[in-house]
Amino acid sequence: MSAAGTAARLSSRSPGFPRLATGLAPVLVVLLLLLVLLAFVGPAYESPSGYIALLKRSAPLMILAIGQYFVIVAGEFDLSVGSLVTAEVVIAARLLEGDESRTWSVIALLLGFGVLVGLVNGLITTKLRVPSFIVTLGMLLVLEGAVFLWTGGAPRGALTTEFRKWGRAQLGTEGILAQIPYAVLVLVVIAVAAVLFMRSGTGRTLMATGDNDTAVRLAGGRVDAMRIGAFVLSGLLAAVAAILLGGYSGVSAQVGRGLEFEAITAVVLGGVVLGGGRGSVIAAMAGALTLRALFAVLNLLGVSGALESTVQGVIIIAAVAYASSESGLRDLLVRRPGWSGSSQPPASTAEDPPPETTPVPSTSFVSSEPDTNPETPERGTS
Amino acid sequence: MTDPLVRMTGIRKRFFGVPVLRGVDLELYAGEVHALVGENGAGKSTLMKVLAGIHKPTAGTVEVAGETLELSSPRAAQDSGIAIIHQELTLLPDRTVAENVFLGREPTRYGIVVDRRRMAAETARLLDWLGEPGISPTAGVRGLSVAQQQVVEIVKALAVDARVLAMDEPTAALADHEVELLYTMVRRLTERGIAVLYVSHRLTEVYDLSQKITVLKDGAMVTSRPTTQLSSDQLVRAMVGRELGELFPDRATETGDVRLEIRAGGNDRLRDVDLTVRAGEIVGVAGLQGSGRTALAQAVTGVDPLARGELLIDGRPIRLRNPRAAIAAGIAYVTEDRKSEGLALHQPVRDNALLVRRASRGALTGVRQRSVPGGSTDVDDLLGRLAVTTGRSNDEVRYLSGGNQQKVVMAKWLAIAPRVLVVDEPTRGIDVGARAALYELLRGLARDSGVAILMVSSELPEVIGMSDRVLVMHRGSIAGELPAGPTEEAVMELATGYTTALANGGAT
Amino acid sequence: MTTIALPARKVQFRLDATAIVYLALFALLVIGSIVVAARGGGVLLDQAGILKILTGCTALGLVAIGQTLAVVAGSLDLSVAYLIGLCSLVTAEVMAGQGSMMLPAVLAALGVAALVGLVNGVVITALRVNAFIATLGMALILKGVLESRYTGPAGSTTKDFQRLGYDRIGPVPVSFLLLLLVAVGAWWFLARTRPGYHMYAVGGDIESARVSGVRTSRTIVLAHVLCSLAAGATGVFLASRLGSGAPYVGTDAGYDLQSIAAVVLGGTVLAGGRGGVAGTVGGVMILSVLDTIFDDLGVNSFFKDVVRGVIIIVAVALYARGRLARRRLVTPPAGADQ
Repeated sequence: MSAAGTAARLSSRSPGFPRLATGLAPVLVVLLLLLVLLAFVGPAYESPSGYIALLKRSAPLMILAIGQYFVIVAGEFDLSVGSLVTAEVVIAARLLEGDESRTWSVIALLLGFGVLVGLVNGLITTKLRVPSFIVTLGMLLVLEGAVFLWTGGAPRGALTTEFRKWGRAQLGTEGILAQIPYAVLVLVVIAVAAVLFMRSGTGRTLMATGDNDTAVRLAGGRVDAMRIGAFVLSGLLAAVAAILLGGYSGVSAQVGRGLEFEAITAVVLGGVVLGGGRGSVIAAMAGALTLRALFAVLNLLGVSGALESTVQGVIIIAAVAYASSESGLRDLLVRRPGWSGSSQPPASTAEDPPPETTPVPSTSFVSSEPDTNPETPERGTS
Repeated sequence: MTDPLVRMTGIRKRFFGVPVLRGVDLELYAGEVHALVGENGAGKSTLMKVLAGIHKPTAGTVEVAGETLELSSPRAAQDSGIAIIHQELTLLPDRTVAENVFLGREPTRYGIVVDRRRMAAETARLLDWLGEPGISPTAGVRGLSVAQQQVVEIVKALAVDARVLAMDEPTAALADHEVELLYTMVRRLTERGIAVLYVSHRLTEVYDLSQKITVLKDGAMVTSRPTTQLSSDQLVRAMVGRELGELFPDRATETGDVRLEIRAGGNDRLRDVDLTVRAGEIVGVAGLQGSGRTALAQAVTGVDPLARGELLIDGRPIRLRNPRAAIAAGIAYVTEDRKSEGLALHQPVRDNALLVRRASRGALTGVRQRSVPGGSTDVDDLLGRLAVTTGRSNDEVRYLSGGNQQKVVMAKWLAIAPRVLVVDEPTRGIDVGARAALYELLRGLARDSGVAILMVSSELPEVIGMSDRVLVMHRGSIAGELPAGPTEEAVMELATGYTTALANGGAT
Repeated sequence: MTTIALPARKVQFRLDATAIVYLALFALLVIGSIVVAARGGGVLLDQAGILKILTGCTALGLVAIGQTLAVVAGSLDLSVAYLIGLCSLVTAEVMAGQGSMMLPAVLAALGVAALVGLVNGVVITALRVNAFIATLGMALILKGVLESRYTGPAGSTTKDFQRLGYDRIGPVPVSFLLLLLVAVGAWWFLARTRPGYHMYAVGGDIESARVSGVRTSRTIVLAHVLCSLAAGATGVFLASRLGSGAPYVGTDAGYDLQSIAAVVLGGTVLAGGRGGVAGTVGGVMILSVLDTIFDDLGVNSFFKDVVRGVIIIVAVALYARGRLARRRLVTPPAGADQ
């Protein structure tokens, strides 16, 4: 390696504290504060088991947030995850009918259904060029209607113990490891996989796609395939979240209500930019955990039922206002090429470098151009 | 001698503690075009924005017709008759011409209802005054050509009774024949007593249009003289501190086998294209806008593929259906607009440099095995060799200067060890200093790594200086080929079809 | 992300989006009538049918008109559903069955709505919070308020007031006429007044607007106030139809997403800067006609949801096709706008 190369490599290693992704720091601070607050406010949090229980309850949302992250970082939205979760739980109960032997095939089916929904979302968005906001909105309506069409309006059937253990049970009874809930295990596995994915070449390309899909296309990237993949992952993870949620809360028609908005809020809280190209998976998860911790704190403080939603709303606005106080992002549905509406770049590059001619002003080749050829170049036929 | 219309005195400006303007004086006279030139970072844009009230100077004053202006208020500047036409047009594409011209100051009846008739009439009057009655006030802006859109911008400025018009690189977005239109505009403006501040890198225009030239370098004024008293050599030296001749590296002395060949190539924008590019050769592609230069580049790189004819790489015919296929064949494409097509601006430098490698991973077989004489494909190595100056390769690419951004784009493509490099407007938006480095890089690639380079450029001196052969395009086909170092006239003759016309006895 | 402009090879048919909507509506009426008659559902467009369609339009129509203003200005409002519920309650409770309180009740409801709109606008412009999040947060805030104070319907509106919801002139409900009035007013505002022009500007390119002297913050705040006022009016209207206020009347019908869907169906682009009220009204009518057709056919209400979802997607896909024509990966010439 040349000396210059070594120099470049050395200089790319930042001294001291690792550089955090944009917007991650604020949410971590808030999360930490909330977690500490919990210890003071709730007796359950005097021991780790309280926190573990929190993690178990938050796992579905965190997993949903990871799925939503993939879609958002690629520059899209998935509004269908909430109704997908509801649909999955209702379908599960109906198909299982309490028959333990069917558990695994039903789980497989649910995962497959999630993949299918994601595939449809992705295909319509990329091939038919309909904005994902609309596609997934339509899918939300379709899922809501279709599932209840099938069940006749009221969820029936029952979930099996084997199914529910994923959402609510622990690994075992003896020892420290046994205290870990299945949900947390699933969460950790997914989280690790997600982080590794985003560090990989494909993950980085996915993020670049959200930033500037033209550049990725010209670089030979399969932009459509990647976007579809993001939707598929979102659907798949929604299915996993549904399994955990169904396990934890049982069957109901409300289980997924509003989850898509919670997931998007979690992601935004974590500093991931709506519009794509920035943010980290950890941030999305941190955002989700922060939301849950917040609800927990509110509950313990007695702000329950009554104004809980209100306080949530205020805090979400405050959190995002704080996070976006550096970059004034406003447009969620307009993506600007390259220059995506963020704050001014440092002044030293504030001069948008204008095009340049080599300084040889020989003849003005405009005036010397004989006017015999009235070219009418259509724009773009260059 | 009349008093200046605008007098800027002792303008200083700092951004975050970095001095950008160090005490600049400037005088603008009514009916005169005053050109402002300088390298990137010299402070031209900043000075212009101070004039327009967009930036507040750290020190100094601006006087208009003897009255001191309240600074950092665009409104105050507008009220004093100063209008600025930015490089990036500020028109609303979904609205009409008249709506754009009067944006923000729509005439009303009863204070709230827009007086559309008056708007249209006034717009028509201004268009007429400017000599452009062909544009209808009720036309949608989206349907206008770039040159016409610029006319609308000018009309917008006139609508606020501008006495001073600052124009930032006005011809940057114009097709070659549209530049003439702008010249006419500027002359009409000066005939009517408007003072024009003309910021441009294109010295041709500077000499054609201006009566005075001010050169900025590193935020300070180097010289300010009447145009007739400043030779181009003197000008360049004042801007750059270096002679022109050193800009271009020596041409190729030997070339290899034919690497890229097109036979009877055509699509809906090209016809009858026959060309060859040898290994180690730089072939320039010149031509007027609309002649098919970029279409040719896009055909070779799979962006807008050929529908007819054959394309051969190293003698093997290939079908290039999309960019991915081209990359698999070892063809790299540095596009003309790096910001919107070449870079993911919010990603770090390193990730951008790895973009092609990662995105095309499935298509690139054996890249690593391919040995590249004269350099490795290790990305950090490349960035170091290209001397991309940035704090850390973790920095987002959008913070880099144009020259450095272009280097990152080059690194991105070099990382796949291409055998053919198609480059479109390689030095657009890059100051003179960084250009020399890029020219060296391109020549080095050809000479040492045997890359076949197809260079499309609208800047004749660049095409002439760099190419071993020049292809001139005209209306979608190759009008002719010229050997190394042709004259600009020779190129232009082919580009405008003059020769063809003559050959056909005058008929076009 | 660049939307790459095509070379001048645009699709030649330049049919106005609004025209398409109304064409679609007409086609739907024709096809719907045929299908309904064929399936033994009677006549689609008989007196009862027309009444149903027009009534179904009113609530969604009011809300969607307001949403149009927000979307044109480049924003959107997800808090309308809860706001509708809240305003219906305010109306009913202030009125409390007393004729003398009718006007104060309406004013109170509209006042609350305007306040909410103001807060939305300020949060978006001054705190620089994304519209999606800001109005979502407001929705939660309103949700909490509703949950804490109400468990079900409350208050009562007077018989006279309820006439607003039920009176008709021939087959046409009075409320629909009022809707048309509001629609015309909103159209006139957007298309003919300076604030309306500025909304298009801000939605089209906020930076260009700002540089040209448009007061962008004020414009956005105004758009949100008007949007919320429309939602408030919807709440008032619903209170008259229900005879009382109901906290979840807006959310149960999904007026937040439905209104956005109607706006989009009507050809207004989510990015802003283009479109208008006329198209939205068409979109609302399409949705209402669809509902009526399904009811006449005795279709399951869940099936309606499915079809509605599909239609929205298809409609937008068609608009996208028309607008983008053939989308190639073509780089525009130097400096061309997107």
